[in-house]
Amino acid sequence: MTFWNDPINFLSGWLSGILTAWGLPATLAMVLTIFIGIVLLVMFAMTLDIFLVWVERKVVARFQDRIGPNRIGPFGLVQPFADIIKLVIKEDITPDGADKVVFNLAPVMAAMAVILLWAILPISSKIYGVDLNVALLYLVAAGALGTMAIIMAGWASNNKYALLGMYRMVANVIAYEIPMVVILLIPTILADSMSVKSITEAQASTWYVFLSPLGLLIFMISAIAELGRSPFDLNEAESEIVAGFHIEYSGMKFGWFYASELLHAFTFGGFASVLFFGGWQVPFLLADGFHFGSLVVTLPGIVVVLVQALAFLLKALFGYWVIMWVKYSMPRIRIDQMLAFNWKFLTPLSLVLLSVTALLGQLQTVLLPWAFTLVMFVSNLLIIWITIEILRAYARRQRKQEERITAAAAQGAHQ
Amino acid sequence: MQSEWLYIGLFLIVGILIPVAPLVIAALISPHKPNPIKQSTYECGIETVGDSWVQFKAQYYILALVFLVFDVETVFLFPWALSLNKMGVFAVLEGILFIGILVAGLVYAWRKGMLEWA
Repeated sequence: MTFWNDPINFLSGWLSGILTAWGLPATLAMVLTIFIGIVLLVMFAMTLDIFLVWVERKVVARFQDRIGPNRIGPFGLVQPFADIIKLVIKEDITPDGADKVVFNLAPVMAAMAVILLWAILPISSKIYGVDLNVALLYLVAAGALGTMAIIMAGWASNNKYALLGMYRMVANVIAYEIPMVVILLIPTILADSMSVKSITEAQASTWYVFLSPLGLLIFMISAIAELGRSPFDLNEAESEIVAGFHIEYSGMKFGWFYASELLHAFTFGGFASVLFFGGWQVPFLLADGFHFGSLVVTLPGIVVVLVQALAFLLKALFGYWVIMWVKYSMPRIRIDQMLAFNWKFLTPLSLVLLSVTALLGQLQTVLLPWAFTLVMFVSNLLIIWITIEILRAYARRQRKQEERITAAAAQGAHQ
Repeated sequence: MQSEWLYIGLFLIVGILIPVAPLVIAALISPHKPNPIKQSTYECGIETVGDSWVQFKAQYYILALVFLVFDVETVFLFPWALSLNKMGVFAVLEGILFIGILVAGLVYAWRKGMLEWA
């Protein structure tokens, strides 16, 4: 283990060594080293968050046929810093009648829920927070803290719009957690592990998007609903309930809600890339360099690690871009349409997909890899086709019913 | 194994400190001029009408119950998913039977109209 092979572990070992040489007990040295590592990781996430504000504003502008911020800094890159300074120097208003402690704690919890997810996100083969063997369960649990933050914000605001927004948002988030968690089980079955590191390593030969495209589709829909972004953004339905649960927040407290929503979207893009697009896997890139058949291009370990990190960030940005694309292209759907879509369509569909994947997953040891990929892909297409046929039959039945009603009404009008 | 959860614990502490820091800075350097109009509850510019904590629609409670059933089911499905490779087709069919029983519950709730309007 040298600096060129395994930079993070080498540096943390070196730092613990220095601290123990200064006389600190070994556990305290380890805790301090871990603490510094965590602060660096969270700082990286926060800097990325600032960059994401810029990306969001430029992309939404382009979708709406305008340019976006371009005055402050080259291409408007300094805009998010100006926004942060503005938010920090705004007055800290707590509405009267609001529950002070809960009101002030809610944005902190919203931000904390997203930051906690970065502990398990594998940025590269040697750069990650911690390799939990129950990482996917931890993902669901940390996401639930965000729901708590919404409840706290909506309840403590002493505002009926905040309360209504909170009810709808929580009904939305908990409903779409079911298909999301069920789809999380699909990479678990295929890779035989809940650890995101093992799932990423298991995709060295085939990315799971080819094994389960329907799983990716349902995961993206559920993730967009979980985030509370359009078309599921009842919380921010500005024409209806004017900013919903964060209606009474101003200044940096609102800033944290906004920033945590963007970072959450990026983190889910990252998880979609880890679970389905191979995370930091680059085709033909192994631990010691590129292997193109017999041609081997050796690279030092640190270059491989950085190339993998870049690949992960690009894939996560692509996932984030798809989430933004959906947000700025589609109108908001109503709360009853949203919940009906989940309970009557997505939940049964995801459970069927899970059952089929579990059954066919038994063939993973029996078939050749390419044959297994083909079988899984074709089964997913079959499920999609059968679902569409069922929906079409249902629509046909509804149309016939409506025709019968209008025919009977026309007859009744004649008499 | 122990140091992994220590890492998560420290992450939690850092995760609380990092959002609190700008809020503390904001509390120090921002103006502080409270007046009753600024701090009154917002209702599109008019005086508030009625209680803030409006009545809770019962349908939310029913949907939360349905969510609870399926959430517990997914928690039970996690160890099932991990053991499939070791247990063979029989375990898969058993798991599918478990999912089927709960889907029957969902169909019952659907037919009884419990999944209508939010």
